[in-house]
Amino acid sequence: MTDVIGLLNHVQSAYARCIDNGNLEAWPDFFEEDCIYKITTADNYAQGLEAGVIFANTKGMLRDRVASLREANIYERHTYRHLLGQAWIVSQDAGEVRCETSFLVARIMRDGTTDVYATGRYIDVYRLNGTTPKLRERIVVCDSSRFDTLLALPL
Amino acid sequence: MLDQVIHSAGERSDRAWPGDGVTRVPYWIFQDRDIYAAEQKRIFQGRSWNYLCLSVEVKNTGDFIATFVGDTPVIVVRDADGELYAFENRCAHRGALITLEPRGNTKDFTCVYHAWSYDRQGNLKEVAFKDGIKGKGGMPASFCMQQHNPRKLRLAEAFGIVFGSFSNDVVPLEEHLGEEIYTRIGRVMGGRTPVVLGRYTQALPNNWKLYMENVKDSYHASILHLFFTTFELNRLSQTGGIIVDPTGGHHVSFSAIDVNSAKNNEKNNENNNEKDNEYAEQNIRSDSEFKLADPSLLESFKEFPDSVTLQILSTFPTFVLQQIQNAIAVRQIVPRGVDRTDLHWTLLGFAEDSPEQRLIRLKQANLVGPAGYISMEDGCVGGFVQRGIAGAAGEQAVIEMGGAGTDSSESRVTEASVRGFWKAYRAQIGI
Repeated sequence: MTDVIGLLNHVQSAYARCIDNGNLEAWPDFFEEDCIYKITTADNYAQGLEAGVIFANTKGMLRDRVASLREANIYERHTYRHLLGQAWIVSQDAGEVRCETSFLVARIMRDGTTDVYATGRYIDVYRLNGTTPKLRERIVVCDSSRFDTLLALPL
Repeated sequence: MLDQVIHSAGERSDRAWPGDGVTRVPYWIFQDRDIYAAEQKRIFQGRSWNYLCLSVEVKNTGDFIATFVGDTPVIVVRDADGELYAFENRCAHRGALITLEPRGNTKDFTCVYHAWSYDRQGNLKEVAFKDGIKGKGGMPASFCMQQHNPRKLRLAEAFGIVFGSFSNDVVPLEEHLGEEIYTRIGRVMGGRTPVVLGRYTQALPNNWKLYMENVKDSYHASILHLFFTTFELNRLSQTGGIIVDPTGGHHVSFSAIDVNSAKNNEKNNENNNEKDNEYAEQNIRSDSEFKLADPSLLESFKEFPDSVTLQILSTFPTFVLQQIQNAIAVRQIVPRGVDRTDLHWTLLGFAEDSPEQRLIRLKQANLVGPAGYISMEDGCVGGFVQRGIAGAAGEQAVIEMGGAGTDSSESRVTEASVRGFWKAYRAQIGI
Protein backbone atom coordinates (compact mmCIF):
# COMPACT_ATOMS: atom_id res chain seq x y z
CA MET A 1 0.00 0.00 0.00
CA THR A 2 2.69 2.47 1.03
CA ASP A 3 4.58 1.86 -2.18
CA VAL A 4 1.47 2.49 -4.24
CA ILE A 5 0.76 5.77 -2.45
CA GLY A 6 4.34 6.80 -3.12
CA LEU A 7 3.98 5.95 -6.80
CA LEU A 8 0.68 7.81 -7.10
CA ASN A 9 1.94 10.89 -5.32
CA HIS A 10 4.93 10.95 -7.60
CA VAL A 11 2.97 10.64 -10.82
CA GLN A 12 0.29 13.11 -9.69
CA SER A 13 2.92 15.68 -8.78
CA ALA A 14 4.47 15.17 -12.20
CA TYR A 15 1.02 15.62 -13.81
CA ALA A 16 0.43 18.94 -12.02
CA ARG A 17 3.95 20.13 -12.76
CA CYS A 18 3.54 19.26 -16.43
CA ILE A 19 0.42 21.43 -16.84
CA ASP A 20 1.59 24.24 -14.56
CA ASN A 21 4.91 24.49 -16.40
CA GLY A 22 3.06 24.74 -19.70
CA ASN A 23 4.42 21.50 -21.09
CA LEU A 24 1.05 20.45 -22.45
CA GLU A 25 2.54 18.25 -25.17
CA ALA A 26 3.63 15.80 -22.45
CA TRP A 27 0.25 15.79 -20.71
CA PRO A 28 -1.39 13.01 -22.81
CA ASP A 29 1.45 10.67 -21.83
CA PHE A 30 0.04 10.41 -18.33
CA PHE A 31 -2.81 8.43 -19.91
CA GLU A 32 -3.17 4.97 -21.40
CA GLU A 33 -4.02 4.77 -25.10
CA ASP A 34 -7.57 3.65 -24.27
CA CYS A 35 -8.47 6.18 -21.64
CA ILE A 36 -11.33 8.31 -20.45
CA TYR A 37 -10.75 11.93 -19.54
CA LYS A 38 -13.72 13.98 -18.56
CA ILE A 39 -14.26 17.32 -16.88
CA THR A 40 -17.68 17.68 -15.33
CA THR A 41 -19.47 19.29 -12.41
CA ALA A 42 -20.40 17.84 -9.03
CA ASP A 43 -24.07 18.39 -9.93
CA ASN A 44 -23.83 16.45 -13.17
CA TYR A 45 -21.82 13.73 -11.49
CA ALA A 46 -24.28 13.37 -8.61
CA GLN A 47 -27.22 13.20 -10.99
CA GLY A 48 -25.53 10.71 -13.28
CA LEU A 49 -25.60 13.12 -16.24
CA GLU A 50 -23.10 11.95 -18.81
CA ALA A 51 -22.03 15.10 -20.59
CA GLY A 52 -19.37 17.38 -19.23
CA VAL A 53 -17.22 20.25 -20.30
CA ILE A 54 -14.58 18.02 -21.87
CA PHE A 55 -14.96 14.38 -22.88
CA ALA A 56 -12.26 12.23 -24.44
CA ASN A 57 -12.17 8.47 -24.79
CA THR A 58 -8.83 8.09 -26.56
CA LYS A 59 -5.36 9.45 -26.01
CA GLY A 60 -5.60 10.83 -29.53
CA MET A 61 -8.41 13.13 -28.42
CA LEU A 62 -6.13 14.46 -25.66
CA ARG A 63 -3.42 15.15 -28.22
CA ASP A 64 -6.00 16.93 -30.34
CA ARG A 65 -7.00 19.05 -27.38
CA VAL A 66 -3.41 20.21 -26.98
CA ALA A 67 -2.93 20.74 -30.71
CA SER A 68 -6.09 22.83 -30.87
CA LEU A 69 -5.00 24.94 -27.90
CA ARG A 70 -1.65 25.52 -29.56
CA GLU A 71 -2.78 26.10 -33.13
CA ALA A 72 -6.43 26.95 -33.31
CA ASN A 73 -8.06 28.39 -30.21
CA ILE A 74 -7.87 32.02 -29.20
CA TYR A 75 -7.61 32.85 -25.52
CA GLU A 76 -5.54 35.10 -23.31
CA ARG A 77 -2.36 33.54 -22.10
CA HIS A 78 -2.62 32.27 -18.57
CA THR A 79 -1.16 29.61 -16.30
CA TYR A 80 -2.47 27.34 -13.61
CA ARG A 81 -1.09 26.38 -10.23
CA HIS A 82 -2.40 23.00 -9.07
CA LEU A 83 -2.42 22.14 -5.39
CA LEU A 84 -3.20 18.47 -4.89
CA GLY A 85 -4.21 16.55 -1.81
CA GLN A 86 -3.01 13.07 -1.00
CA ALA A 87 -4.51 10.29 -3.06
CA TRP A 88 -7.23 8.38 -1.21
CA ILE A 89 -7.15 4.78 -2.37
CA VAL A 90 -10.64 3.46 -2.91
CA SER A 91 -9.66 0.00 -4.07
CA GLN A 92 -6.67 -1.81 -5.41
CA ASP A 93 -5.88 -5.08 -7.13
CA ALA A 94 -2.77 -6.45 -8.77
CA GLY A 95 -2.84 -4.23 -11.81
CA GLU A 96 -5.15 -1.29 -11.05
CA VAL A 97 -5.83 1.31 -8.40
CA ARG A 98 -8.96 3.37 -7.97
CA CYS A 99 -8.35 6.58 -6.07
CA GLU A 100 -9.62 10.07 -5.43
CA THR A 101 -7.57 13.21 -5.01
CA SER A 102 -8.66 16.74 -4.10
CA PHE A 103 -7.37 19.60 -6.17
CA LEU A 104 -7.36 23.36 -6.07
CA VAL A 105 -6.36 25.23 -9.20
CA ALA A 106 -5.46 28.91 -9.23
CA ARG A 107 -5.45 30.73 -12.57
CA ILE A 108 -2.92 33.46 -13.16
CA MET A 109 -3.67 35.90 -15.98
CA ARG A 110 -1.11 37.97 -17.85
CA ASP A 111 -1.88 41.07 -15.80
CA GLY A 112 -1.24 39.15 -12.59
CA THR A 113 -4.86 38.61 -11.62
CA THR A 114 -4.90 35.39 -9.62
CA ASP A 115 -8.14 33.61 -8.81
CA VAL A 116 -9.22 30.28 -7.48
CA TYR A 117 -10.34 28.92 -10.81
CA ALA A 118 -11.55 25.47 -9.77
CA THR A 119 -11.71 23.10 -6.86
CA GLY A 120 -12.79 19.50 -6.94
CA ARG A 121 -11.58 15.95 -7.03
CA TYR A 122 -10.01 13.61 -9.50
CA ILE A 123 -11.80 10.27 -9.58
CA ASP A 124 -9.17 8.06 -11.11
CA VAL A 125 -8.40 4.59 -12.29
CA TYR A 126 -4.66 4.01 -12.65
CA ARG A 127 -3.13 1.05 -14.43
CA LEU A 128 0.05 0.43 -12.48
CA ASN A 129 2.25 -1.04 -15.25
CA GLY A 130 4.80 -2.11 -12.65
CA THR A 131 6.14 1.19 -11.37
CA THR A 132 4.88 3.57 -14.08
CA PRO A 133 1.21 4.15 -13.34
CA LYS A 134 -0.86 5.62 -16.14
CA LEU A 135 -4.41 6.89 -16.10
CA ARG A 136 -7.03 4.63 -17.60
CA GLU A 137 -9.69 7.02 -16.42
CA ARG A 138 -9.71 10.49 -14.89
CA ILE A 139 -13.04 12.11 -14.12
CA VAL A 140 -12.38 15.69 -13.03
CA VAL A 141 -15.36 16.55 -10.86
CA CYS A 142 -15.43 20.30 -10.28
CA ASP A 143 -17.24 21.35 -7.12
CA SER A 144 -18.82 24.33 -8.84
CA SER A 145 -20.95 24.37 -11.98
CA ARG A 146 -19.66 27.81 -12.93
CA PHE A 147 -16.65 28.25 -15.17
CA ASP A 148 -15.20 31.70 -15.43
CA THR A 149 -14.94 32.91 -19.05
CA LEU A 150 -13.48 29.74 -20.51
CA LEU A 151 -11.64 26.54 -19.76
CA ALA A 152 -8.65 26.21 -22.04
CA LEU A 153 -5.85 24.42 -20.20
CA PRO A 154 -6.69 20.97 -18.85
CA LEU A 155 -7.28 20.39 -15.15
CA MET B 1 -27.56 54.13 -5.64
CA LEU B 2 -26.11 57.55 -4.93
CA ASP B 3 -23.31 57.19 -7.43
CA GLN B 4 -25.85 55.90 -9.92
CA VAL B 5 -27.75 59.16 -9.64
CA ILE B 6 -24.57 61.23 -9.93
CA HIS B 7 -23.40 59.08 -12.79
CA SER B 8 -26.58 59.50 -14.81
CA ALA B 9 -26.95 63.19 -13.96
CA GLY B 10 -23.48 63.88 -15.28
CA GLU B 11 -23.67 61.76 -18.38
CA ARG B 12 -27.26 61.75 -19.52
CA SER B 13 -26.90 64.56 -22.06
CA ASP B 14 -24.53 62.32 -24.04
CA ARG B 15 -26.91 59.41 -24.00
CA ALA B 16 -28.67 59.68 -27.32
CA TRP B 17 -28.65 56.99 -30.01
CA PRO B 18 -26.44 58.11 -32.88
CA GLY B 19 -28.67 58.64 -35.91
CA ASP B 20 -31.79 56.72 -36.91
CA GLY B 21 -30.31 53.43 -37.90
CA VAL B 22 -28.56 50.46 -36.40
CA THR B 23 -25.21 50.63 -38.21
CA ARG B 24 -23.74 52.46 -35.23
CA VAL B 25 -24.07 51.28 -31.65
CA PRO B 26 -22.88 53.56 -28.84
CA TYR B 27 -20.62 51.93 -26.30
CA TRP B 28 -22.40 53.41 -23.27
CA ILE B 29 -25.20 50.95 -24.04
CA PHE B 30 -22.91 48.26 -22.55
CA GLN B 31 -21.83 50.35 -19.55
CA ASP B 32 -24.69 52.42 -18.23
CA ARG B 33 -26.47 51.30 -15.06
CA ASP B 34 -29.61 53.24 -15.95
CA ILE B 35 -29.77 51.37 -19.22
CA TYR B 36 -29.37 48.09 -17.35
CA ALA B 37 -32.28 48.98 -15.08
CA ALA B 38 -34.39 50.09 -18.04
CA GLU B 39 -33.72 46.77 -19.78
CA GLN B 40 -34.96 44.81 -16.79
CA LYS B 41 -38.18 46.78 -16.73
CA ARG B 42 -38.95 47.33 -20.38
CA ILE B 43 -37.50 44.21 -21.99
CA PHE B 44 -37.38 41.35 -19.51
CA GLN B 45 -40.43 42.40 -17.51
CA GLY B 46 -42.05 43.97 -20.52
CA ARG B 47 -43.69 42.47 -23.58
CA SER B 48 -41.19 39.69 -24.16
CA TRP B 49 -41.16 35.91 -24.09
CA ASN B 50 -38.25 34.64 -22.04
CA TYR B 51 -36.83 31.12 -21.99
CA LEU B 52 -37.48 29.48 -18.62
CA CYS B 53 -36.69 25.77 -18.91
CA LEU B 54 -37.56 22.63 -20.79
CA SER B 55 -40.90 21.00 -20.11
CA VAL B 56 -39.12 17.69 -19.55
CA GLU B 57 -37.18 19.19 -16.64
CA VAL B 58 -40.45 19.69 -14.76
CA LYS B 59 -42.22 16.56 -15.93
CA ASN B 60 -43.99 15.26 -12.83
CA THR B 61 -46.48 16.83 -10.46
CA GLY B 62 -44.55 18.93 -7.95
CA ASP B 63 -41.38 19.16 -10.03
CA PHE B 64 -39.97 22.66 -9.91
CA ILE B 65 -36.97 24.50 -11.26
CA ALA B 66 -35.47 27.84 -10.26
CA THR B 67 -34.67 30.02 -13.26
CA PHE B 68 -34.42 33.66 -14.29
CA VAL B 69 -36.12 36.27 -16.43
CA GLY B 70 -33.46 38.88 -16.92
CA ASP B 71 -31.98 39.07 -13.44
CA THR B 72 -35.31 38.34 -11.74
CA PRO B 73 -35.40 34.93 -10.02
CA VAL B 74 -38.40 32.83 -11.07
CA ILE B 75 -39.84 29.44 -10.08
CA VAL B 76 -41.47 27.13 -12.64
CA VAL B 77 -43.51 24.29 -11.15
CA ARG B 78 -45.96 21.64 -12.32
CA ASP B 79 -49.15 21.44 -10.31
CA ALA B 80 -51.50 18.47 -9.85
CA ASP B 81 -53.65 19.64 -12.79
CA GLY B 82 -50.68 18.84 -15.05
CA GLU B 83 -50.18 22.50 -15.92
CA LEU B 84 -47.02 24.54 -15.45
CA TYR B 85 -47.05 27.69 -13.36
CA ALA B 86 -44.39 30.30 -12.89
CA PHE B 87 -43.98 33.09 -10.40
CA GLU B 88 -41.25 35.23 -8.93
CA ASN B 89 -38.90 33.50 -6.52
CA ARG B 90 -39.54 36.32 -4.06
CA CYS B 91 -41.56 36.12 -0.90
CA ALA B 92 -44.43 38.64 -0.85
CA HIS B 93 -43.60 39.42 2.75
CA ARG B 94 -40.06 40.77 2.91
CA GLY B 95 -38.60 39.71 -0.40
CA ALA B 96 -36.48 36.67 0.46
CA LEU B 97 -36.02 33.90 -2.06
CA ILE B 98 -38.89 31.42 -1.74
CA THR B 99 -36.75 28.45 -2.72
CA LEU B 100 -33.00 28.09 -2.43
CA GLU B 101 -32.89 24.83 -4.37
CA PRO B 102 -32.15 24.88 -8.10
CA ARG B 103 -34.52 21.94 -8.74
CA GLY B 104 -36.71 19.60 -6.77
CA ASN B 105 -40.16 18.26 -6.11
CA THR B 106 -42.54 19.80 -3.62
CA LYS B 107 -46.13 20.04 -2.43
CA ASP B 108 -45.77 23.71 -1.64
CA PHE B 109 -43.18 26.40 -0.95
CA THR B 110 -42.35 27.90 2.40
CA CYS B 111 -40.13 30.92 2.80
CA VAL B 112 -37.40 30.18 5.36
CA TYR B 113 -37.48 33.69 6.79
CA HIS B 114 -40.95 33.82 8.41
CA ALA B 115 -42.57 30.66 7.03
CA TRP B 116 -45.03 32.34 4.72
CA SER B 117 -46.09 29.57 2.40
CA TYR B 118 -47.35 29.34 -1.16
CA ASP B 119 -49.11 26.70 -3.22
CA ARG B 120 -47.73 25.48 -6.52
CA GLN B 121 -49.54 28.23 -8.39
CA GLY B 122 -47.80 30.95 -6.42
CA ASN B 123 -50.76 31.81 -4.15
CA LEU B 124 -50.03 32.83 -0.57
CA LYS B 125 -51.70 30.20 1.62
CA GLU B 126 -50.32 30.64 5.10
CA VAL B 127 -48.81 33.38 7.18
CA ALA B 128 -47.15 32.14 10.37
CA PHE B 129 -48.80 33.52 13.53
CA LYS B 130 -51.28 35.36 11.34
CA ASP B 131 -53.73 35.64 14.22
CA GLY B 132 -51.03 36.22 16.80
CA ILE B 133 -50.54 34.21 19.96
CA LYS B 134 -53.24 34.20 22.65
CA GLY B 135 -54.97 37.08 20.97
CA LYS B 136 -51.89 39.25 20.93
CA GLY B 137 -49.85 40.29 17.92
CA GLY B 138 -50.65 38.95 14.46
CA MET B 139 -51.64 40.62 11.24
CA PRO B 140 -54.42 43.22 11.21
CA ALA B 141 -57.88 41.95 10.31
CA SER B 142 -57.72 43.97 7.12
CA PHE B 143 -54.82 41.91 5.80
CA CYS B 144 -55.95 39.94 2.74
CA MET B 145 -53.71 37.07 1.71
CA GLN B 146 -55.13 37.02 -1.83
CA GLN B 147 -53.63 40.43 -2.42
CA HIS B 148 -50.12 39.32 -1.52
CA ASN B 149 -48.58 37.03 -4.06
CA PRO B 150 -45.29 37.09 -5.91
CA ARG B 151 -45.81 38.34 -9.44
CA LYS B 152 -47.00 35.56 -11.75
CA LEU B 153 -45.90 34.90 -15.30
CA ARG B 154 -47.79 33.85 -18.39
CA LEU B 155 -46.42 30.66 -19.86
CA ALA B 156 -46.32 29.17 -23.33
CA GLU B 157 -44.45 26.28 -24.88
CA ALA B 158 -42.87 25.73 -28.25
CA PHE B 159 -41.89 22.10 -28.86
CA GLY B 160 -41.22 21.42 -25.18
CA ILE B 161 -39.38 24.69 -24.59
CA VAL B 162 -41.08 26.75 -21.89
CA PHE B 163 -41.21 30.52 -22.26
CA GLY B 164 -42.61 33.00 -19.77
CA SER B 165 -43.71 36.60 -19.77
CA PHE B 166 -44.49 39.12 -17.07
CA SER B 167 -46.70 40.96 -19.54
CA ASN B 168 -50.44 40.40 -19.82
CA ASP B 169 -50.68 41.88 -23.28
CA VAL B 170 -47.74 40.20 -24.99
CA VAL B 171 -48.70 38.63 -28.33
CA PRO B 172 -49.05 34.81 -28.32
CA LEU B 173 -45.70 33.01 -28.40
CA GLU B 174 -46.17 31.50 -31.85
CA GLU B 175 -47.01 34.88 -33.31
CA HIS B 176 -44.13 36.49 -31.42
CA LEU B 177 -41.65 34.00 -32.91
CA GLY B 178 -43.13 34.01 -36.39
CA GLU B 179 -43.44 31.01 -38.66
CA GLU B 180 -39.84 30.92 -39.92
CA ILE B 181 -38.38 30.81 -36.43
CA TYR B 182 -41.10 28.59 -34.95
CA THR B 183 -40.70 25.89 -37.59
CA ARG B 184 -36.93 25.85 -37.13
CA ILE B 185 -37.31 25.29 -33.41
CA GLY B 186 -39.59 22.43 -34.37
CA ARG B 187 -37.00 21.13 -36.82
CA VAL B 188 -34.63 20.43 -33.90
CA MET B 189 -37.02 19.73 -31.03
CA GLY B 190 -40.24 18.53 -32.64
CA GLY B 191 -41.66 15.00 -32.44
CA ARG B 192 -39.22 13.60 -29.91
CA THR B 193 -38.40 13.63 -26.23
CA PRO B 194 -35.37 15.64 -25.12
CA VAL B 195 -33.08 14.24 -22.45
CA VAL B 196 -30.76 16.49 -20.44
CA LEU B 197 -27.22 15.17 -20.89
CA GLY B 198 -25.50 17.77 -18.75
CA ARG B 199 -25.54 21.36 -17.54
CA TYR B 200 -22.99 24.02 -16.70
CA THR B 201 -22.73 27.75 -16.41
CA GLN B 202 -20.20 29.98 -18.08
CA ALA B 203 -19.57 33.26 -16.28
CA LEU B 204 -18.93 35.92 -18.91
CA PRO B 205 -17.05 39.12 -18.02
CA ASN B 206 -19.24 41.32 -20.18
CA ASN B 207 -22.63 42.88 -20.75
CA TRP B 208 -25.31 40.41 -21.87
CA LYS B 209 -25.87 42.21 -25.17
CA LEU B 210 -22.29 41.59 -26.24
CA TYR B 211 -22.99 37.87 -26.02
CA MET B 212 -26.23 38.22 -28.00
CA GLU B 213 -24.37 40.20 -30.66
CA ASN B 214 -21.81 37.43 -30.85
CA VAL B 215 -24.48 34.74 -31.23
CA LYS B 216 -26.08 36.66 -34.07
CA ASP B 217 -22.82 37.53 -35.78
CA SER B 218 -22.30 35.13 -38.67
CA TYR B 219 -19.42 37.27 -39.94
CA HIS B 220 -17.01 36.24 -37.17
CA ALA B 221 -17.71 32.51 -37.14
CA SER B 222 -15.15 31.34 -39.66
CA ILE B 223 -12.58 34.00 -38.75
CA LEU B 224 -12.37 33.79 -34.97
CA HIS B 225 -13.09 30.07 -34.74
CA LEU B 226 -10.27 28.34 -36.55
CA PHE B 227 -11.31 24.89 -35.41
CA PHE B 228 -14.65 25.24 -37.17
CA THR B 229 -13.22 26.45 -40.42
CA THR B 230 -10.26 24.15 -40.75
CA PHE B 231 -12.41 21.07 -40.66
CA GLU B 232 -14.91 22.62 -43.06
CA LEU B 233 -17.74 22.42 -40.59
CA ASN B 234 -18.49 25.94 -41.58
CA ARG B 235 -17.13 28.09 -44.36
CA LEU B 236 -18.75 31.25 -45.51
CA SER B 237 -18.62 29.77 -49.01
CA GLN B 238 -20.60 26.70 -47.99
CA THR B 239 -24.28 26.97 -48.75
CA GLY B 240 -26.26 28.54 -45.98
CA GLY B 241 -27.60 31.85 -44.95
CA ILE B 242 -29.24 33.84 -42.26
CA ILE B 243 -32.86 34.46 -41.49
CA VAL B 244 -33.87 37.56 -39.58
CA ASP B 245 -37.51 37.85 -38.55
CA PRO B 246 -39.41 41.06 -39.29
CA THR B 247 -38.94 42.42 -35.74
CA GLY B 248 -35.19 41.84 -36.08
CA GLY B 249 -35.03 40.19 -32.67
CA HIS B 250 -34.96 36.56 -33.73
CA HIS B 251 -32.53 34.96 -36.10
CA VAL B 252 -31.32 31.72 -37.60
CA SER B 253 -27.88 31.23 -39.06
CA PHE B 254 -27.41 27.96 -40.89
CA SER B 255 -25.04 26.15 -43.13
CA ALA B 256 -25.53 23.03 -45.15
CA ILE B 257 -23.51 20.60 -47.14
CA ASP B 258 -23.76 21.78 -50.70
CA VAL B 259 -24.93 18.49 -52.21
CA ASN B 260 -24.23 19.54 -55.79
CA SER B 261 -20.79 20.81 -54.92
CA ALA B 262 -19.98 17.61 -53.06
CA LYS B 263 -21.00 15.56 -56.08
CA ASN B 264 -18.90 17.67 -58.41
CA ASN B 265 -16.02 17.70 -56.03
CA GLU B 266 -13.92 15.10 -57.78
CA LYS B 267 -14.62 16.42 -61.25
CA ASN B 268 -14.23 20.03 -60.38
CA ASN B 269 -11.43 20.59 -57.95
CA GLU B 270 -10.77 24.03 -59.34
CA ASN B 271 -13.97 25.28 -57.84
CA ASN B 272 -12.85 24.17 -54.41
CA ASN B 273 -9.47 25.74 -54.79
CA GLU B 274 -11.15 28.95 -55.71
CA LYS B 275 -13.07 28.89 -52.43
CA ASP B 276 -9.92 28.26 -50.46
CA ASN B 277 -8.22 31.14 -52.20
CA GLU B 278 -10.87 33.53 -50.95
CA TYR B 279 -9.52 32.90 -47.47
CA ALA B 280 -5.88 33.02 -48.50
CA GLU B 281 -6.33 36.35 -50.25
CA GLN B 282 -7.86 37.90 -47.15
CA ASN B 283 -4.82 36.75 -45.22
CA ILE B 284 -7.10 35.13 -42.67
CA ARG B 285 -5.34 32.49 -40.67
CA SER B 286 -8.23 30.07 -41.25
CA ASP B 287 -6.54 28.34 -44.17
CA SER B 288 -3.80 26.63 -42.19
CA GLU B 289 -3.44 22.85 -42.27
CA PHE B 290 -4.53 21.03 -39.18
CA LYS B 291 -5.24 17.33 -38.75
CA LEU B 292 -6.91 15.50 -35.90
CA ALA B 293 -5.19 12.49 -34.33
CA ASP B 294 -8.65 11.13 -33.55
CA PRO B 295 -11.14 12.34 -36.14
CA SER B 296 -13.97 10.42 -34.45
CA LEU B 297 -14.80 13.75 -32.83
CA LEU B 298 -16.25 14.89 -36.13
CA GLU B 299 -18.11 11.72 -37.03
CA SER B 300 -21.78 12.44 -37.05
CA PHE B 301 -25.02 10.64 -37.72
CA LYS B 302 -27.84 11.76 -39.95
CA GLU B 303 -30.38 13.31 -37.64
CA PHE B 304 -32.46 15.50 -39.92
CA PRO B 305 -34.03 14.96 -43.34
CA ASP B 306 -32.30 18.07 -44.70
CA SER B 307 -28.55 18.60 -45.15
CA VAL B 308 -28.23 21.42 -42.62
CA THR B 309 -25.22 20.69 -40.40
CA LEU B 310 -25.40 23.86 -38.35
CA GLN B 311 -28.34 25.88 -37.15
CA ILE B 312 -27.87 28.59 -34.56
CA LEU B 313 -31.22 30.09 -33.61
CA SER B 314 -31.79 32.94 -31.21
CA THR B 315 -34.93 34.59 -29.96
CA PHE B 316 -35.20 37.99 -28.38
CA PRO B 317 -34.07 38.76 -25.83
CA THR B 318 -31.86 35.96 -24.47
CA PHE B 319 -32.46 32.46 -25.82
CA VAL B 320 -30.31 30.32 -28.09
CA LEU B 321 -31.06 26.91 -29.57
CA GLN B 322 -28.01 25.30 -31.07
CA GLN B 323 -27.53 22.46 -33.52
CA ILE B 324 -23.91 21.94 -34.47
CA GLN B 325 -23.91 18.61 -36.27
CA ASN B 326 -25.36 16.39 -33.52
CA ALA B 327 -24.46 18.68 -30.63
CA ILE B 328 -27.80 20.07 -29.49
CA ALA B 329 -28.05 22.55 -26.65
CA VAL B 330 -30.11 25.39 -25.31
CA ARG B 331 -28.41 28.44 -23.87
CA GLN B 332 -30.02 30.89 -21.49
CA ILE B 333 -28.38 34.26 -21.07
CA VAL B 334 -28.83 35.81 -17.62
CA PRO B 335 -27.63 39.39 -17.00
CA ARG B 336 -25.90 39.73 -13.63
CA GLY B 337 -24.95 43.38 -13.78
CA VAL B 338 -23.69 45.85 -16.35
CA ASP B 339 -20.53 43.86 -17.06
CA ARG B 340 -21.39 40.35 -15.85
CA THR B 341 -23.46 37.69 -17.55
CA ASP B 342 -24.22 34.06 -16.80
CA LEU B 343 -24.59 31.72 -19.71
CA HIS B 344 -26.49 28.59 -18.71
CA TRP B 345 -25.91 25.64 -21.02
CA THR B 346 -28.19 22.62 -21.14
CA LEU B 347 -26.84 19.88 -23.40
CA LEU B 348 -29.47 17.69 -24.97
CA GLY B 349 -29.90 14.24 -26.38
CA PHE B 350 -33.17 12.53 -27.13
CA ALA B 351 -34.88 9.49 -25.64
CA GLU B 352 -34.81 7.95 -29.12
CA ASP B 353 -30.97 8.01 -29.33
CA SER B 354 -29.11 4.73 -29.73
CA PRO B 355 -26.03 4.22 -27.50
CA GLU B 356 -23.80 4.93 -30.52
CA GLN B 357 -25.66 8.16 -31.23
CA ARG B 358 -25.41 9.17 -27.59
CA LEU B 359 -21.64 8.68 -27.66
CA ILE B 360 -21.39 10.87 -30.77
CA ARG B 361 -23.31 13.61 -28.93
CA LEU B 362 -20.94 13.33 -25.96
CA LYS B 363 -17.93 13.66 -28.24
CA GLN B 364 -19.39 16.58 -30.15
CA ALA B 365 -20.17 18.30 -26.85
CA ASN B 366 -16.43 19.08 -26.95
CA LEU B 367 -17.28 21.67 -29.59
CA VAL B 368 -19.31 23.84 -27.21
CA GLY B 369 -19.26 25.32 -23.72
CA PRO B 370 -16.41 26.96 -21.82
CA ALA B 371 -13.92 24.42 -23.17
CA GLY B 372 -15.59 24.15 -26.57
CA TYR B 373 -13.31 23.95 -29.57
CA ILE B 374 -15.57 26.47 -31.27
CA SER B 375 -17.30 28.17 -28.32
CA MET B 376 -14.26 28.91 -26.19
CA GLU B 377 -13.51 32.15 -27.98
CA ASP B 378 -17.07 33.39 -27.59
CA GLY B 379 -16.56 33.29 -23.84
CA CYS B 380 -13.66 35.72 -23.93
CA VAL B 381 -14.37 37.98 -26.90
CA GLY B 382 -17.19 39.81 -25.10
CA GLY B 383 -14.74 40.58 -22.30
CA PHE B 384 -12.23 41.88 -24.84
CA VAL B 385 -14.88 44.37 -26.00
CA GLN B 386 -15.99 45.28 -22.48
CA ARG B 387 -12.39 46.06 -21.54
CA GLY B 388 -11.58 47.67 -24.87
CA ILE B 389 -14.39 50.21 -24.60
CA ALA B 390 -13.66 51.11 -20.95
CA GLY B 391 -12.79 54.72 -21.73
CA ALA B 392 -14.88 55.09 -24.86
CA ALA B 393 -18.49 55.53 -23.75
CA GLY B 394 -19.00 58.20 -26.42
CA GLU B 395 -17.55 56.13 -29.27
CA GLN B 396 -19.50 53.72 -31.44
CA ALA B 397 -19.31 50.24 -32.91
CA VAL B 398 -19.46 50.02 -36.70
CA ILE B 399 -21.97 47.41 -37.82
CA GLU B 400 -22.11 47.89 -41.56
CA MET B 401 -21.05 44.57 -43.04
CA GLY B 402 -23.70 43.71 -45.62
CA GLY B 403 -25.15 47.22 -45.60
CA ALA B 404 -27.60 48.88 -43.26
CA GLY B 405 -30.56 46.51 -43.48
CA THR B 406 -31.85 43.72 -41.32
CA ASP B 407 -33.06 41.37 -44.03
CA SER B 408 -32.51 37.66 -44.40
CA SER B 409 -29.79 36.74 -46.85
CA GLU B 410 -27.97 33.86 -48.45
CA SER B 411 -24.67 35.44 -47.56
CA ARG B 412 -23.34 35.14 -44.08
CA VAL B 413 -20.75 37.86 -44.71
CA THR B 414 -23.19 40.23 -43.13
CA GLU B 415 -24.08 41.72 -39.79
CA ALA B 416 -27.78 41.93 -40.65
CA SER B 417 -28.86 39.86 -37.66
CA VAL B 418 -26.74 41.95 -35.29
CA ARG B 419 -28.47 45.03 -36.68
CA GLY B 420 -31.74 43.14 -36.26
CA PHE B 421 -31.03 42.70 -32.58
CA TRP B 422 -30.52 46.44 -32.18
CA LYS B 423 -33.66 47.20 -34.15
CA ALA B 424 -35.72 45.03 -31.79
CA TYR B 425 -33.85 46.38 -28.77
CA ARG B 426 -34.47 49.99 -29.66
CA ALA B 427 -38.16 49.32 -30.30
CA GLN B 428 -38.59 47.53 -27.00
CA ILE B 429 -36.68 49.94 -24.82
CA GLY B 430 -37.73 53.11 -26.59
CA ILE B 431 -34.30 54.54 -27.25
